Amino acid sequence: MFPRPIQESSKSRQLMYKVALPISLVIWLLPMIAIVATAGRSLHDINYGNYWGIPSEWAFLDNFGEVFSSSPILIYLLNSVIITVPSIFGALFLSTLAGAGLALYKFKGRFVIFALFIAGNFVPFQILMIPVRQLTLDLGIYDTYLAVILFQVAFQTGFCTFFMRNFIADLPFELVESARSEGVSEWKILIHVIIPLVRPALAALAVLQFTFIWNDFFWPLILIQSDELRPITLGLTTLKGQYISSFNLLAAGSLIAALPPVMMFFAMQRHFIAGLTLGASKG
Amino acid sequence: MTDMTSYPVPPKPRHTTFYSRNKLVITPLLFIAPAFAMFSLFVIYPIIQSISLSFYEWQGIGPKKWVGFNNYDLLFKDPVFWKALVNNIYWLVLFLLAPVLGLIIALFLNQKVFGIRLVKSLFFFPFVVSQIVVGLVFTWFYDPAFGLIAALIEPLGLKLPSILASEDWATFGVIIAGLWPQTAYCMILYLTGLNSVNPEMIEAARLDGARGWRLLVNIVLPQLRAATFIAIVVTVIGALRSFDLVAIMTEGGPYNSSNVLAFYMYDNAIFRYRMGYAASIATILFLIMDVYIVWFLMRLLKNEKGSR
Repeated sequence: MFPRPIQESSKSRQLMYKVALPISLVIWLLPMIAIVATAGRSLHDINYGNYWGIPSEWAFLDNFGEVFSSSPILIYLLNSVIITVPSIFGALFLSTLAGAGLALYKFKGRFVIFALFIAGNFVPFQILMIPVRQLTLDLGIYDTYLAVILFQVAFQTGFCTFFMRNFIADLPFELVESARSEGVSEWKILIHVIIPLVRPALAALAVLQFTFIWNDFFWPLILIQSDELRPITLGLTTLKGQYISSFNLLAAGSLIAALPPVMMFFAMQRHFIAGLTLGASKG
Repeated sequence: MTDMTSYPVPPKPRHTTFYSRNKLVITPLLFIAPAFAMFSLFVIYPIIQSISLSFYEWQGIGPKKWVGFNNYDLLFKDPVFWKALVNNIYWLVLFLLAPVLGLIIALFLNQKVFGIRLVKSLFFFPFVVSQIVVGLVFTWFYDPAFGLIAALIEPLGLKLPSILASEDWATFGVIIAGLWPQTAYCMILYLTGLNSVNPEMIEAARLDGARGWRLLVNIVLPQLRAATFIAIVVTVIGALRSFDLVAIMTEGGPYNSSNVLAFYMYDNAIFRYRMGYAASIATILFLIMDVYIVWFLMRLLKNEKGSR
């Protein structure tokens, strides 16, 4: 183990470590602590310039209530769900098929196709922006949920295919071979042999995609115009204008926006990290 | 009739249809086709369209006018383009602190003490928060009148300048905000990498008297090559993609001092209707990024060629 386990060092060093740990954590999370503290501050304190001193009262409930009642944040949240959930399913469906196609069969050009999926995943969004916007206009879906969903499915399929292909390629190939020799059709092999084995990969991808798509700001900005269709990331910029001097309310709104992916992360931590660090532990 | 039944019926020849003869070629094509179609329509084809559009003048509607390399001529004479490009280089260079800081934090946290799992998660979670929220948080953080930094240094008799309103400091203020989640990402990559470092090699090196810095550089870091590679790739891509934070924190200002190529492109397309010009900025950004994409692919596919 590197560095040397702290248990092997002197008592005083162990104590130092145990003190340094929470202190460094507080410093690291200071921006987040600041926003939580601000979200609980009353308007009275804000108006009197008491931004960081001891609050005269805690006003979490009032502030959250105020944000929900005075802004369309609930609609923004709902819009985020409407965009995110189908996008995840679409991307997982397409990439499971494509990943199996690339991992289980030998054919000419498979490396080129695989490379295209990976490379496309890294391109700057700006090189896609004008044509994709135009495409949604041509299809008559500009300024709809569908425009963002279709784009997210297509784009995220690149990363997901990369992921699924590598996961399926690491499965024991004998399973597929023995099924084939028994005359099981390729489609049935996918459904009955591969899919049950890739469940952990699907779980990892689903949580990862949830945060990516939920937190995405650029594509709704480009493809959605109506305020009532905006997801929460875009909605926050509206709230920023609305609560220009009510920092406590904007802080509460930001917390609400950040909460779903954070909860998803803490609930599915193992899957999330497994997905994110794919390849980081290989030699 | 009886003759027929006295012989065993020959089994139906099974591999007769075109599909069954070629199923190991056709099946993968069918499996890949839907994903590839979507990806081509929304990713690959738009890249080609954007590059081609960069040779036209177009306002978003009406006819396109072929102008050859004129957009690029204008671009290279445009001081804002150069400013944005320099800022992108600042992003790139300073963002490379993320793998370094991430490694330091990972080494600090790679212990087995009570509650360390929760501590690791809490260190990581800035990455899970939307960049828009990160941008808003740091905007308050920096505010000279009511921000936390100003409040913390006030008792020391110091006064915080207005970071995001300063032509000299705005870019760096935004980059620091970006480093926060990026460092968290690199940290988790290194924590995973450290998990799979070979303990016997470490022990052997320790017996040979290697410790501390030398042990890290000679024995541990070589084993973390995969983590370092991914950390650098995602960090470079993240730096070149920087858009959200600039959009929410400064909108490229003041006076374009914190502009980056991604935001300048958007600005030209959406607010000035200069689609061809915007496409030429996107093309330049794409070409810069290609260097890294090709490097990444070559490393990745080199390892793949041997596999099934």
